[in-house]
Amino acid sequence: MATAETQREIGIDLTGDVRRRRRERVVKAIFFGAAGISILISVAIVLALVGKAWAFLSSIELNQLWASGWFPRRGRFQLLALAVHTLNVTAVAMLVAVPFGLGSAVYLSEYARSGVRRVLKPTLEILAGIPSVVLGFFALQFITPNIVRGLFPGAQSANFLAAGIAVGILTIPLVASVSEDAMRAVPSSLREASYGLGAKQWHTALRVVFPAAISGIIAAVILGISRAIGETMVVALAAGLNGLMTFNPTEGGLTMTGAIANLAVGSDQVAGDVAAFQSLFFVGLVLFVLTLALNVISERVVRRYRQKY
Amino acid sequence: MSSVSVSFADTGRSIEMTVDISAITTTEVVRQSIEGRRFSPVNALVAFALLFSLLSSVVILVTLLVDTIAAAIPVFQARGFSFITASLSPRAEAAGIWQGIMGSLALTAFVIVVAFPLGVAAAVYLEEYAPDNRVTRFINANIRNLAGVPSIVYGILGLFLFVEVLMRGVFGASTGIAGRNVIAGGLTLAVLVLPIMIITTSEALRAVPGGLREASFAVGATRWETIRHHVLPVAIPAILTGSVLTIARAFGESAPLLLAGAQLSLFFSVASDASFFDLLSDQPYTALPIIVFNFARQPQAEFVALTAASIVVLLVMLLTVNAAAVLARDRFERRYR
Repeated sequence: MATAETQREIGIDLTGDVRRRRRERVVKAIFFGAAGISILISVAIVLALVGKAWAFLSSIELNQLWASGWFPRRGRFQLLALAVHTLNVTAVAMLVAVPFGLGSAVYLSEYARSGVRRVLKPTLEILAGIPSVVLGFFALQFITPNIVRGLFPGAQSANFLAAGIAVGILTIPLVASVSEDAMRAVPSSLREASYGLGAKQWHTALRVVFPAAISGIIAAVILGISRAIGETMVVALAAGLNGLMTFNPTEGGLTMTGAIANLAVGSDQVAGDVAAFQSLFFVGLVLFVLTLALNVISERVVRRYRQKY
Repeated sequence: MSSVSVSFADTGRSIEMTVDISAITTTEVVRQSIEGRRFSPVNALVAFALLFSLLSSVVILVTLLVDTIAAAIPVFQARGFSFITASLSPRAEAAGIWQGIMGSLALTAFVIVVAFPLGVAAAVYLEEYAPDNRVTRFINANIRNLAGVPSIVYGILGLFLFVEVLMRGVFGASTGIAGRNVIAGGLTLAVLVLPIMIITTSEALRAVPGGLREASFAVGATRWETIRHHVLPVAIPAILTGSVLTIARAFGESAPLLLAGAQLSLFFSVASDASFFDLLSDQPYTALPIIVFNFARQPQAEFVALTAASIVVLLVMLLTVNAAAVLARDRFERRYR
């Protein structure tokens, strides 16, 4: 803290009075406690996931994890099927979110006049505020019949394409805002130097500013992937309940988050069928580790490859 | 074009000036003088493609709203607003969303009571007190990571910590809904938004100029007195706006509630003589987004219109709150800067 340092440097104690100092200590302790709660939350998350996932793993035969398909009530827990389906949805989502998100970011940062910006930026913010369950309904009722079936008439009613497009729409604002921040942080001297050498505006935007901001842009995409993997309500509604592994994006199936939601919602939660329900914690742990790793990587990318101007 | 108004305190007169500040960045001047106004097809093409990618978000948003509203119209035509006050039912023509609205409001109350004070207190510690050491950096990194944890994982946390440990373990809830009550759900949502609350409040505190604090220290105020009388009053509009937007996020959140105990059936009732405390501790509850999810997955076609109508109610509530927060922010920003 700059102010704390200044105060220490001056070295004069103006606080006086014992009662005031005691109050200071109490208030500071309360605030520290509040900040410390975030650590407790992390510990509780890890305890909940690891404890229950361990209980699940020790209650099943490990080869059940390689049985074909994810059918908890039949004792078949093929995590790979869920992972493939998640990858399928995430890939489609990124095909939507990366071009539209980055395009929006370049336009907002390099082209838009402040008036245009003031109108269009809030649109992205509104889109970011739409609950994901609404996008799930939109995927089911609009994207599948009008877009997916338009391209692939034989597509199943619940399919990865529709779910992926909806997840991508949800991810556009995140990708756009993080990468726009990165591009706006590029000093204007770079742009001026580029114009000074006779470059056109498109050249300056795409060949000078974009590469200069690449660390932030990569971080934005990684964060988008992490967000897409963790998205639940869209896939719970629009990606289907099929537990058999499929690579076909016009078919549907359970993703990792979809499997958790389905276990929480469904009839698998019957007394006695403990392993089936506890598999939820195992999938949750995998999901948690995966998204945490992606978030940490995105921070590393920013720190490691950021150009210092 | 942007107008600037200058007022003179001594005479009370004010003048309005209109200045074009939208195009006077240095870079823009450099670009225009060197590039000139010659037409470049590549330039135009790239600009068009970029604008297209931005405008498609607008198109998507409009399509989503129009499509949903169009699908919802039959419900509003047939039943007016009575479906809002009707109770849940497996029959589409009788089903309403009242329990969901009440449940969502109760959940939101928990988020406000728990996450708002905790989030502000934590942010005040991190921005105003914390020395720049390992512990602080660890707490900060931890909060950023928590903000990136998928919401369904918070549902798992809520199921474990609040339903199993707190309600069943500590309070001994074992019959009926066995701890899957609105307290557990509310605490789960509060924990979910806490990191975001801390981050937005920290940003608001960071925007308060350091000179304000130093001036306060210079006249002998303690740190807490400085925060209470000088830092918080300046930061409070931004803190409130950020908090309202964050709480609105919790209002639309459904994935964690699937696990933390919201009722998924299309029929449940709350005893009419239940006291408020009973309602909190021992009654089934659901939330508006959960009802949307439930309606959306019903196979009967009549539920499609009902889902759309519920979404319209959800979005109207959310967008009203969000717009109010953003407008309030603009108002306060003008006053304080």
